[in-house]
Amino acid sequence: MSDFDIEAIRAEFPALHQEVRGKKLVYLDSAATALKPKAVIEAVSQVYERDCGNIHRAVHLPSQRATQGYEGTRKQVQAFLGAEKSSEIIFTSGTTQSINMVAQCYGRPRLSAGDKVLITGLEHHSNIVPWQMVCEQTGAELVVAHIDDNGEVPLERIEQHLKAGGVRIVAFAHVSNALGSVLPAKEICALAKSHDAISVIDGAQAVPHMAPNVTDLGCDFYAFSGHKLYAPTGTGVLYGRFDVMNAMSPYQGGGDMIRSVTFEKTTYAELPNRLEAGTPNIAGVIGMGAALSYLQTLDWAAVQAHEEELFRYADEALREFKGLRRIGTAKHSMGVLSFFLDCAHPHDIGTIVDTEGVALRTGHHCAQPVMKAFGVPATARASLAFYNNRADIDALISSVRTVQEMFS
Amino acid sequence: MNSDLRELYQEVILDHSKAPRNFRFPEGANREAEGNNPLCGDNLTVKLILDGDTIVDIGFQGSGCAISQAAASTMTEMVKGMNVEDINKIFANYHDVVMGEGQIDEDLLGKLAVFAGVAEFPMRVKCATLAWHTMQHAIANDGEIVTTE
Repeated sequence: MSDFDIEAIRAEFPALHQEVRGKKLVYLDSAATALKPKAVIEAVSQVYERDCGNIHRAVHLPSQRATQGYEGTRKQVQAFLGAEKSSEIIFTSGTTQSINMVAQCYGRPRLSAGDKVLITGLEHHSNIVPWQMVCEQTGAELVVAHIDDNGEVPLERIEQHLKAGGVRIVAFAHVSNALGSVLPAKEICALAKSHDAISVIDGAQAVPHMAPNVTDLGCDFYAFSGHKLYAPTGTGVLYGRFDVMNAMSPYQGGGDMIRSVTFEKTTYAELPNRLEAGTPNIAGVIGMGAALSYLQTLDWAAVQAHEEELFRYADEALREFKGLRRIGTAKHSMGVLSFFLDCAHPHDIGTIVDTEGVALRTGHHCAQPVMKAFGVPATARASLAFYNNRADIDALISSVRTVQEMFS
Repeated sequence: MNSDLRELYQEVILDHSKAPRNFRFPEGANREAEGNNPLCGDNLTVKLILDGDTIVDIGFQGSGCAISQAAASTMTEMVKGMNVEDINKIFANYHDVVMGEGQIDEDLLGKLAVFAGVAEFPMRVKCATLAWHTMQHAIANDGEIVTTE
């Protein structure tokens, strides 16, 4: 890892350099939201300090700069995702809105009784509930390819559902937020396609660790959140393959999504504007552009090697811990390590490690069906980003030991 | 160890969480309610026998963190044999104390004073009050599932 200078990287993230409860912050909750590099914070400030105009409207310079920043980000996202056209990139408020858009604008007009929407057993609530809602509205049926004991979704289980017929939409997480399992996205998309179903990937937990290539994956939709990609909260992306997304009805009516409006009839704008009604989170999107620019300065092979090494280090340390059970042991995992102590409830773990400066997520991680599959009400979850180091993991282990001492 | 933490996880709380009292449903219970804390997955059911205004017997079952289990356990110990008016007085003070909004009335709270440490951990207030809210709904018998959200 000679070309990976972890200290230089950590220096770029101001939030890492603070004390919480009198202890140095050990941030292991990047799967909930990632910390932001200085470049992002500065880019957002610059919008409000200088380029504070609305986009796509006025001819004055601040508006022009804001528009350039906003549309520049669209091109960056296009490159990041390997999309063919920048008009295939829609800015949303986050993964949740992206998935709801597909459910309501693609699914709702097309689904009816007899149709099925297939999801997997490890989905985040935001990739379950929107589909339940659209199924209720249309009479379609929601079916689930369940996880196995390791937290993997065997391809055969997906294929089984597809072979049974009627599946119109396959929606699944690229990487599980509760377990870290990586799904064979390319294979699932190919299966979906061969059964005439469209594929929708929830990429929220994947993009912080890799640049997915939507063309290579062969997916129809790919959704992610900016704030997990080191960018501001309230930003997100929906990629949609042009033909599929172009056939979608608008999500909201309003400004910026029209070509002409009269009281008798309105004609809509082309993609992407048609799906972006109203003033968006301009500063946030420009911040996302800054995040992508920052990520481009890194050597990604080295970043991924560092992350993999750190993941293994943490995984081994947790597995060696007596009285601790790792949950989610898929062969291909990344970023997320869920665990459970025999002696203490995850919520108590969270409070106790917090007093040592360690920020963990404890709870059901918005994935109650996953918790149910493992027969636990909640887990403690450590999640990693490339700015974490071995000292963070050591602090985690030492603080979990404190929990154990207290409860045994 | 951090002193706020020691204050939160006092011996009494650890003891009650490991070996909760009245962790059973009383035979012939005529009131019950279920409570959930969606944030952390705490879930418990309180069943009780209400005779006029008096709780003759009370028990609970469920799963949750140490604070929620200990709160339910100490609550059931405390309120058994009490009338609803007195229970409401205790809960009013208990609630203020865990919210950090009031002084402990030792005469009222007795052993429950150990929950004062919760005030330093606002995220845990719901854990300390879930059982109490659930019991109140059981008394009112409105059939609603209590949620702390």
